[in-house]
Amino acid sequence: MGVEQKLGNMGVVTTTLETMVNWSRTNAMWPMLFGLACCAIEMMSAQASSYDMSRFGMELMRASPRQSDLMIVAGRVSKKMGPVLRRLYDQMPEPKWVIAMGDCASCGGVFNNYAIYQGVDEVVPVDVYVAGCPPRPEALIHGVLTVHEKVKGEKFKDLAKS
Amino acid sequence: MSQIEEVSIEKFKHLVSARALTGETMLLNMGPQHPSTHGVLRLLLELDGEIVVNCIPDIGYLHTGIEKNMEAKTYQKAEVMTDRLDYMNTMGNNLAYVMAVEKLVDLDVPARAQGLRVILTELQRIASHLVWLGTSGLDLAAMSMFLYCFREREQILDIFELVSGQRMMTTYFRPGGVWRDVPVEFEKAVRDFIKIFPKRIDEYESLLTKNPLFIDRMVDIGHLSKEVALQYGVTGPSLRASGVNWDLRKARPYCGYEQYDFNVPTRTEGDTYARYLVRIDELRESLKIVEQALNKLPLGPVRSENRKFVPPPRSEIGVSMEALIHHFKLWTEGFPAPKASVYSAVESPRGELGLMLEGDGGPKPLRVHLRTPSFDNLGVLSQIVKGHLVADLVAILASIDIVLGDIDR
Repeated sequence: MGVEQKLGNMGVVTTTLETMVNWSRTNAMWPMLFGLACCAIEMMSAQASSYDMSRFGMELMRASPRQSDLMIVAGRVSKKMGPVLRRLYDQMPEPKWVIAMGDCASCGGVFNNYAIYQGVDEVVPVDVYVAGCPPRPEALIHGVLTVHEKVKGEKFKDLAKS
Repeated sequence: MSQIEEVSIEKFKHLVSARALTGETMLLNMGPQHPSTHGVLRLLLELDGEIVVNCIPDIGYLHTGIEKNMEAKTYQKAEVMTDRLDYMNTMGNNLAYVMAVEKLVDLDVPARAQGLRVILTELQRIASHLVWLGTSGLDLAAMSMFLYCFREREQILDIFELVSGQRMMTTYFRPGGVWRDVPVEFEKAVRDFIKIFPKRIDEYESLLTKNPLFIDRMVDIGHLSKEVALQYGVTGPSLRASGVNWDLRKARPYCGYEQYDFNVPTRTEGDTYARYLVRIDELRESLKIVEQALNKLPLGPVRSENRKFVPPPRSEIGVSMEALIHHFKLWTEGFPAPKASVYSAVESPRGELGLMLEGDGGPKPLRVHLRTPSFDNLGVLSQIVKGHLVADLVAILASIDIVLGDIDR
């Protein structure tokens, strides 16, 4: 049913396994449905009609950490939420990536106080930081594409080491 | 993190029934990461099969210390914190705050600024109800509602971006008026929205209101009686769906709401479906207010001329020594407020949003306290879900429309 039936024999493409695997990972990256605060609303906007993240193979938000590869930390992380966030991260299967969306998740933002982690990187390792309070959906999409670029350059032997 | 106290379970045993302790009923956690808790709310459920026996909300997963942070900032700077409280109603939060400051220092507000405040707060109410409609549709598996509602919401956010440069955290209202006058494109953008939106509400209604599946999930679910609602301090659409006609815009008009002709939609059933109908009607009423306010919007200044509290316009700073001094004083020290305590309340999309502000003679507030509607509305949840199925709990939770930023603050 695919393009090969219309065009006949498409021939052979040679590439490395690494490139192939990384390419397939970028095009079906499932984010976890996990909103914390204001940024979650912009994350929903990015999923909704005007911005439509399904263009990047990401329309499927998984409610379960076990089925997702990308954690978008959308909002401020309080001291009470930190351990929960870590547990969700630990439940995600490898390989996994984290985007710190917004100023609060990146560095604490305007909330320099007793209740908020000054950056979610105190709790989980972060791959990409997206600035803004809250970031526009375009900024989030740019962050996602930056993760894709990062994934495309990953080496198997580095993964084995970690 | 180092000082975590060991808490004994004995203290919490009274929250569940005796049957839970023998293992006859099951205790189940819902949240904090759960798609239908609308944020990071944790519900501890005691279940008998699929029937909810007890529901204990556990809040605080988004506690941000906003009240404390506001006390460390001057009156102008504390306003940015109010945006991040209830992030669906940023304009309304700003309004409650600036009204409190204006009351505290006795500041006048020009008529044009009042008109703009009404237009933008009502647009915000529509945007908030649209998010509610979209997400509660999503909870009941009406996926397309989400896409339709966010389409219209983007249009409102574009208007906000036009006037303030930001989509969500606008901080557009300032003590003594608004940040700056709206651009010329503003009127056309709002008129376009007014023209298009009534048809869109009909579209939502054609998808949901008479939909038999939707009615099955909503009617006679989560009945909230008038008495219980009043006892728990429930406000907003949830209260009005239980037959109490209480809306601060009518009962205690502020910002010139008394000039506009609108109805307060009420229902008497008090179930989830009634709450849905009230909010749909509120969309129409809010649109009516926006249209009237836009037609009546007077020309003139948008900020008070009282230079002790309101910074002068940029154009004056280069030519007037006085203006330069005022600008410098206001942005370095801030303005002092008298030793007094004021309370201002606005009708947010979720109910009565009150802000208590206490001045101590200096440029920073001594105490800020918020009476947030979601907090009181959530209190009633454990009463109204008893005896319903877990699937109905999702519908009920969606229908009381909580925002966790508003609860935990």
